[in-house]
Amino acid sequence: MKRRAFVLALLASPAVALDPSEMLQDSDLEARARALDHGIRCVKCQSESVASSNATWAEDARRQIRELISEGQSDQDVKDWFVTRYGEFVLMDPPKTGSSLALWLAGPAMLAVGALGALSYLRGRSKPEAVAALSPTEQARLDEILKK
Amino acid sequence: MITELGHFALILAFIVAIVQTVVPMWGAWRKDTRLMAVAEPAANVQFLLTGFAFAALMWAFIVSDFSLQLVVMNSHSAKPMLYKISGTWGNHEGSMLLWVLIVTLFGAMAAWFGGNLPPTLKARVLAVQASIAVAFFAFILFTSNPFIRVAVPPFDGQDLNPLLQDPGLAFHPPFLYLGYVGLSMAFSFAVAALIEGRVDAAWGRWVRPWTLAAWVFLTIGIALGSWWAYYELGWGGFWFWDPVENASFMPWLLAAALLHSAIVVEKRESLKSWTILLAILAFGFSLIGTFIVRSGLLTSVHAFANDPERGVFILMILAFFTGGALILFSLRAGAMEAKGVFGMVSRESALLANNVLLAVSCFVVFVGTMWPLVAEMFFDRKLSVGPPFFNAAFTPFMLLLGLILPVGSMMPWKRAKLLQGMWKLRYGFILALAIGGLIWAMQSGRSLLGPLGILLGAWIVIGACMDIWSRTGKRGSFTRLFRLPRADWGKMLAHTGLGITFIGVAGLTTYQQEDIRVAQIGVPFDVGSYSLRLDDVQRLEGPNYLSTMGFVTLLQNGDEIAQLRPEKRVYPVAQMPTTEAAIDYDLARDVYVVIGDAQVNGGWAIRTYIKPLTNWIWIGCGLMALGGLFSLSDRRFRVAAGARKASANPVPAE
Repeated sequence: MKRRAFVLALLASPAVALDPSEMLQDSDLEARARALDHGIRCVKCQSESVASSNATWAEDARRQIRELISEGQSDQDVKDWFVTRYGEFVLMDPPKTGSSLALWLAGPAMLAVGALGALSYLRGRSKPEAVAALSPTEQARLDEILKK
Repeated sequence: MITELGHFALILAFIVAIVQTVVPMWGAWRKDTRLMAVAEPAANVQFLLTGFAFAALMWAFIVSDFSLQLVVMNSHSAKPMLYKISGTWGNHEGSMLLWVLIVTLFGAMAAWFGGNLPPTLKARVLAVQASIAVAFFAFILFTSNPFIRVAVPPFDGQDLNPLLQDPGLAFHPPFLYLGYVGLSMAFSFAVAALIEGRVDAAWGRWVRPWTLAAWVFLTIGIALGSWWAYYELGWGGFWFWDPVENASFMPWLLAAALLHSAIVVEKRESLKSWTILLAILAFGFSLIGTFIVRSGLLTSVHAFANDPERGVFILMILAFFTGGALILFSLRAGAMEAKGVFGMVSRESALLANNVLLAVSCFVVFVGTMWPLVAEMFFDRKLSVGPPFFNAAFTPFMLLLGLILPVGSMMPWKRAKLLQGMWKLRYGFILALAIGGLIWAMQSGRSLLGPLGILLGAWIVIGACMDIWSRTGKRGSFTRLFRLPRADWGKMLAHTGLGITFIGVAGLTTYQQEDIRVAQIGVPFDVGSYSLRLDDVQRLEGPNYLSTMGFVTLLQNGDEIAQLRPEKRVYPVAQMPTTEAAIDYDLARDVYVVIGDAQVNGGWAIRTYIKPLTNWIWIGCGLMALGGLFSLSDRRFRVAAGARKASANPVPAE
């Protein structure tokens, strides 16, 4: 039994990402902090936000977010705090500026292209198929028949 | 000994696949029936040999043969039997063997059920399918051989990743691979048709069952993975927009588009070259998915043993098949002239709109997934593209799709009147509007997406029901309802499933309640309209793990409704902890409880979530898959293909 307790103590504590001891007393501030948790990436993990990660780095980040909020900083200030230290990489949401604008516009642009392509295809389809003109010999034969 | 036989069988299968690629293709070109006849037995032999190799590997896992490197690294003698078996594909090498086994299975099935295909087309399809197998056999044998022995076998293994020791995840990969690889059949048919230079209604009818099957398997595989993430990862998300999830979602979207465009080819002989292109792209995205997972190019939680050499190999496979097929397409697509004439407003144009929306949403997922790479390479910006982007950029297309679906699916072929179609659905729309309005009135200060999603979901479900009812004639009749072709039922079930999934997603994302607190033993606390009481926490021992189990009583209005057992597990061999959330499942909501650490001042950290309508997501996925199976069993796929039955799918009278 003793040995098992030792094994348990050795291993990193699993499970719950946000621990009650980290939480702020003020529920409004805590709600803002939790929203921010989802927007900050855990840089030690693989595509996880600090909200869901159990890594120590994520825990520190969560404490940092709460500390900054308690000091009265805005959400944008908190994000900027992380960006100046860890770069844009730390934001889960790519900024809507510069070259990243292309990312945001890719979908609507593609929809426009697709819709135009589909419309031009539909226009082509909605006309009755053009019948090839008759060759001179066929025309002559037709005239002959019609004359009779 | 069995291991060596398995290895040998794999090499033999590789050689048979090469023969099957070359000889029937040559035979089809020469119009030599004897050479073409090689394809069928070769496909069977290839499947049997690969099946034997896979069985040999599985045997090594079952008996815990620790002289095999793969078994040492991914198994342990104390592991439950189910996970010893599923451990066969719970690793890179074994999962690639499963992948190629499924390629050969589909090839063999094409040989079994392809009796009514024209001989040259059949030979070419089997040859193309075998060429895919050749590539993956080479990949396995040269970079990821599962049959490598170790000189000095250890006494025990290093255990399977504990996260994978779960029934949901045991069956997640096989279904996913059946889906990914099922799309290889559509690809083979597309390439064979390009080589033949002929696409007609019969081709559409042959391709559709394979695409349907692949799509059904993908749906099940993705749903299993999503459900697993929901109950296992400890905070109850169902979709994370992780690169690897996206890798399975992109083929799903394209397969859904392909399903619908193949209908147009089958019924109206239009949209041919687009359908071919979709078939190529759908499998292309399967390969891209494989590449993303195995190369480690994009950071993902699904980390396999990554290796750049393997990544390059798969990139070559990807470039060869997708690139080659696209070149062939650009050369031959011109020959696929469309026949049908139809108006701007018609079933055809509605299906085209479906295709545009599905393809564009797939493109959005693709761009979002690849953007970190593009930004780093070309703009020197290291950034992340996470769930906020995908939710914002992807959702509008789905909402649009949901909006037009009921109207489009009821439109007659050739020529329709938009206003007339919408008028027919007026009561349905009013009902959906009422449901959405009710939800909106009940909520306060939350996102408008909740009521909107539920409105659209209800609209799709009601529309699907009205659609199938309208098929029974002007007055409607129950007896005729059950005599409708299975394809009609398939359509109704799949569309209903989509609507139900919409409702589930909207409910979960908008109305979830979260509570994190320190719970003292025996002291009840309230979450929403529920009350929870932590009765006890015990340390227990499982077969290959140690557990810290919480005994939680769930109460509502003072009555006990469930006993919940959230666990924290530690797997000593793999040195990994996992969380096992305890969930009280219900149609209206899930109560989701996770136990955390013991607190310094006494008590335990407990997370509780109330998750409304969550099960609707998976019920919806189940219905979609069921709808696919219904369509798959439609009479027209069972009777001789090509023999058109005029009455099989009558055009509704205007």
